[in-house]
Amino acid sequence: MQDLNDVIATALDEIKACQSLKALDSLRVQYLGKKGIITEQLKSLGQLPPEQRRSDGQRINQAKQTLTEALEQRHQRLAEQAHQQTLAADTLDVTLPGRGQESGGLHPLTLTIERIEHLLAQAGFSVVEGPEVEDDYHNFEALNIPAHHPARAMHDTFYFDASTLLRTHTSPVQVRVMESGQLPIRVIAPGRVYRCDSDMTHSPMFHQVEGLLVDEGITFAHLRGVLDQFLQAFFEQADLQTRFRPSYFPFTEPSAEVDIQCVQCFGQGCRVCKHTGWLEVMGCGMVHPNVFAHVGIDAQRYSGFAFGLGVERMAMLRYGVNDLRLFFDNDIRFLRQFA
Amino acid sequence: MKISNEWLQSWVDHGLTPEALGHRLTMAGLELDAITPVAAEFSGVVVGRVQRVQAHPDADKLRVCEVDDGSGTLQQVVCGAPNVHEGMYAPLARVGAVLPDNFQIKKAKLRGVESFGMLCSAKELGLAESSDGLLGLPHDSPPGMDVRTLLGLDDVVLEIDLTPNRADCLSISGVAREVATLVERPLIPLAITPVPPTITETFPITLEAPQDCPRYAGRVIRGVNPQAPTPLWMRERLRRCGIRSLGPLVDVTNYVMLELGQPMHAFDLAHLHEGIVVRRARVGERLQLLAGQEIELSEADLLIADGRGPLALAGIMGGDMSGVDETTRDVFLESAHFSPQAIAGRARSHGLHTDASHRFERGVDPQLPVQALERATALLLEIVGGQAGPVHDVIAPQGIAQPAAIALRPARVEQLLGAQIPSAQMQRLLQALGCRLESAQTATWQVWPPSFRFDLAIEEDLIEEVARVYGYDQLPRQMPPLQASIRAQDERQVSIHAIRRSLSARGYREAITYSFVDPAIEALLAPEQSPLSLVNPISSEMAAMRTTLWPGLIKAAQYNLNRQQERIRLFETGLSFVPTPQGLQQQAQLAVLVCGPVLPEQWGSAARPVDFFDLKGDLQAVLALAGLEQRVVYQAQTHPALHPGQSARLLLDEQPIGCLGALHPQVQAQLDLPGAVYVFEIALDRLRRSTQVRYQEQSRFPLIRRDLALLVDQTLSADTVINAVRTFAPKEVKDIVLFDVYTGKGLPDACKSLALGLILQDLSRTLTDTEVDAIMAQITQQLAQHLGIRLRG
Ligand SMILES: [Zn+2]
Repeated sequence: MQDLNDVIATALDEIKACQSLKALDSLRVQYLGKKGIITEQLKSLGQLPPEQRRSDGQRINQAKQTLTEALEQRHQRLAEQAHQQTLAADTLDVTLPGRGQESGGLHPLTLTIERIEHLLAQAGFSVVEGPEVEDDYHNFEALNIPAHHPARAMHDTFYFDASTLLRTHTSPVQVRVMESGQLPIRVIAPGRVYRCDSDMTHSPMFHQVEGLLVDEGITFAHLRGVLDQFLQAFFEQADLQTRFRPSYFPFTEPSAEVDIQCVQCFGQGCRVCKHTGWLEVMGCGMVHPNVFAHVGIDAQRYSGFAFGLGVERMAMLRYGVNDLRLFFDNDIRFLRQFA
Repeated sequence: MKISNEWLQSWVDHGLTPEALGHRLTMAGLELDAITPVAAEFSGVVVGRVQRVQAHPDADKLRVCEVDDGSGTLQQVVCGAPNVHEGMYAPLARVGAVLPDNFQIKKAKLRGVESFGMLCSAKELGLAESSDGLLGLPHDSPPGMDVRTLLGLDDVVLEIDLTPNRADCLSISGVAREVATLVERPLIPLAITPVPPTITETFPITLEAPQDCPRYAGRVIRGVNPQAPTPLWMRERLRRCGIRSLGPLVDVTNYVMLELGQPMHAFDLAHLHEGIVVRRARVGERLQLLAGQEIELSEADLLIADGRGPLALAGIMGGDMSGVDETTRDVFLESAHFSPQAIAGRARSHGLHTDASHRFERGVDPQLPVQALERATALLLEIVGGQAGPVHDVIAPQGIAQPAAIALRPARVEQLLGAQIPSAQMQRLLQALGCRLESAQTATWQVWPPSFRFDLAIEEDLIEEVARVYGYDQLPRQMPPLQASIRAQDERQVSIHAIRRSLSARGYREAITYSFVDPAIEALLAPEQSPLSLVNPISSEMAAMRTTLWPGLIKAAQYNLNRQQERIRLFETGLSFVPTPQGLQQQAQLAVLVCGPVLPEQWGSAARPVDFFDLKGDLQAVLALAGLEQRVVYQAQTHPALHPGQSARLLLDEQPIGCLGALHPQVQAQLDLPGAVYVFEIALDRLRRSTQVRYQEQSRFPLIRRDLALLVDQTLSADTVINAVRTFAPKEVKDIVLFDVYTGKGLPDACKSLALGLILQDLSRTLTDTEVDAIMAQITQQLAQHLGIRLRG
């Protein structure tokens, strides 16, 4: 049976060297097929004497098993290789850009207003709105700014007729909310306001957020507390210094302007803060009793504070925008920077 | 208000650097705008006395001077100034001096004559915008003295931005009073001694409008020399406070106004007739103002008149005919009190704003007129000489309104400020501000504000004063208590945030455009509207209130197109302003504009321009937020600004809620837009669910799809067909998808083919083929019967 050993050795060499599934199948047929070498040998066992038949039979069966296993192993190996080749052929350049619609975004002033809304909502302020074409009463008269008041000269007002105008501030919304008679009040009113003034630093249309809190026992200390926390949260600067300066608004008494330490130079002095280290960001004060009288709120029982801030200014400071007019050009390249 | 620090210090020795003083004022509500030096940098300039003046041998316009500079040797200086003369005192820039703008003075030869220095004009020292000769210095100036020392030029001007309530600080004395209070230093009052009259003449004064002018003081001064120059010190102080010198008579009145806050007026007595009458103007009266312009007066104007008619607009501006000039010999000086109510708004109504009107409309101390008159008389006599008559002080019978007492409750101070300030300290603060205090009753004090504080009228005003002087930054800060509460939110109303974010996710950028637009563009886009017009627009291109948001978006599109941005997807939310018979409708709108390629340039997909249905898809996505995508009806209706065949009106419950379409090609051409532009606009408050969302049970059984290829008359809209199918379909038909529209070859004339997919499903069991066939047969039969729709064979 030297013969069989040779056959197996040759077969194993051939299987090992085989490089394709097709060739491997031919080898299987050649050795184990119906007319294969091993099959033929098994068939020829019948001609042998019984004793030899048994021992030869065992050896041939063992050979068959060896070859079967070798074929199987090689098959797996080659199949795996073929699979890998297919995958390799399907490989993409994953660095190619994705397709479809790009996403758009919100205007930086909207982002700023939403941010302010969210921050103040934490202190219970809800959002209210009011008309932009206003009457003289709500924009001025009810806010303790009678006709010919010098403060009117500071509001360059757009008029439609003697008593109809574009609101010069969001403060008339205060009046409208208080007129509704629901107390206590904790609201903010964001929106467009208009002044007849246009140059490098003034836009005839801009945005304000007005805040109003009316309740029993509200003090100037509360106003300082709310605005301090708000400004620190808005600029994400826990140690942001603020200062309250006495000022004058006809509809608040006492009145104040609020400065923050310059967020550009941290108070060291730079061009943005005109080398003062401070930036004026808000006006505020305690609601004037004359305003309460106009809307029928008992000023002896209730007190309240109001504040107003310029959205453009806050957005410019927050995002480092250095030209007010950029907000209204709507240049796509500008808008794209914010979302 | 511009304040010379040197002048201020003559009133109060504040002991602070200008910066520290500025900070203190800012923190007390008098905001410092700027600190500026009163003169530019220069050095080496001394007082020179011109001893001899000789002609230059080789130049007509030059003179050779010998100047005493205090050194003991006379300096030879060549000078071209026309006013140089022997005995003159003038600034001499010595050799080595450095003038403003780093101009170095060196020994020089002018047309062959050596010059050791330069005699200077005010302009050359940076003290005036222009000069017509050397700056003459007072004759008692010691030669050789540094000119900066002589003129006090190491002074600064504090520019203070005063709020309209602080009229009392519109003078040096007023600011000094405030500073004295703030720094707790004594005020050094100006000693004003009455000038005894040397003539007896007075000029009659009649107050016919005692409410408007309860007090008028006047004085005759005869025999003045109007040629006398205003002394240099006065010119300097006026200049530092921003007032130009206009001759000694006017300069003195301005000086006293700056010093004490009382605006005054000098009349030329020769031009006054009969007597002064303070009265309201009569209809038809006219007045030629000092500024040259003639104005028409109304009954609201308060006048200074005489027997012949109007002389001056009281408290605002004098008249041209009665003013003083260089020929005036006799003067009538006016120092009056006009009530703020009488002056407020009058100057503005004539397009005027003067130093006097600025002060009177904010309030001038009624106690001032006579003091100011005495001060001005003394200064005038010193400068221009003359003989003064007695002060003629006329006070209306009912007198001048005295400030009323204000009740101040210390407890209220704490209640409003949230701070405990000791009573004694509050009293000290109020008294330092000039208030008189009656505090026998501990719970309520009586406080009389000083006559110059027009802004103190109610308790809160006093509380602010206490807080202000105490220091806002000394007051506590605290969060207000918050009674926790949760408000209900209307879930059916789609929030504007959701709409903005949905559009943003679909590739749109938010724009914010002006609410006032070009009336021409507004008319082009909404010709059926007559927009609200501004009386005083910034420009004619911003004169009309938008009735639609399209003009702003189109302008933004043009802006971007002009900057090579060809793909534009913008939206805006905001009010439109539509006049209606019921009044102005200020309606929140959402508008969208698209043009250019539908997708950003990218590989692997061919570029395609955006079209009507791209935009409609985006609109439907917005409608879907409110569950309205099936409920809104698209009515093909012509909008004047839109393409007649590519536009639709949106109807919800038969009410119009917006418009969608391509801009009319003509409009597009007129707006210089290069390609097709698609827009829509929709009323935001209509984006609301009709009912709250309720869960509908879903079938667990397999769904079956059957497709229908329908042959439809060309004019029949897809909506009609789908709605018909929906009507004829039983409840097992869950959904209908239109998946193809075909027109062209292979179809009968005037026909199109619509391919619909019907999704069928039953809630409780699996549908059999037989059942589905029956349903489909029923639908096709009904379509044929009612709409003449056949199956495409
Ligand atoms: Zn800075």
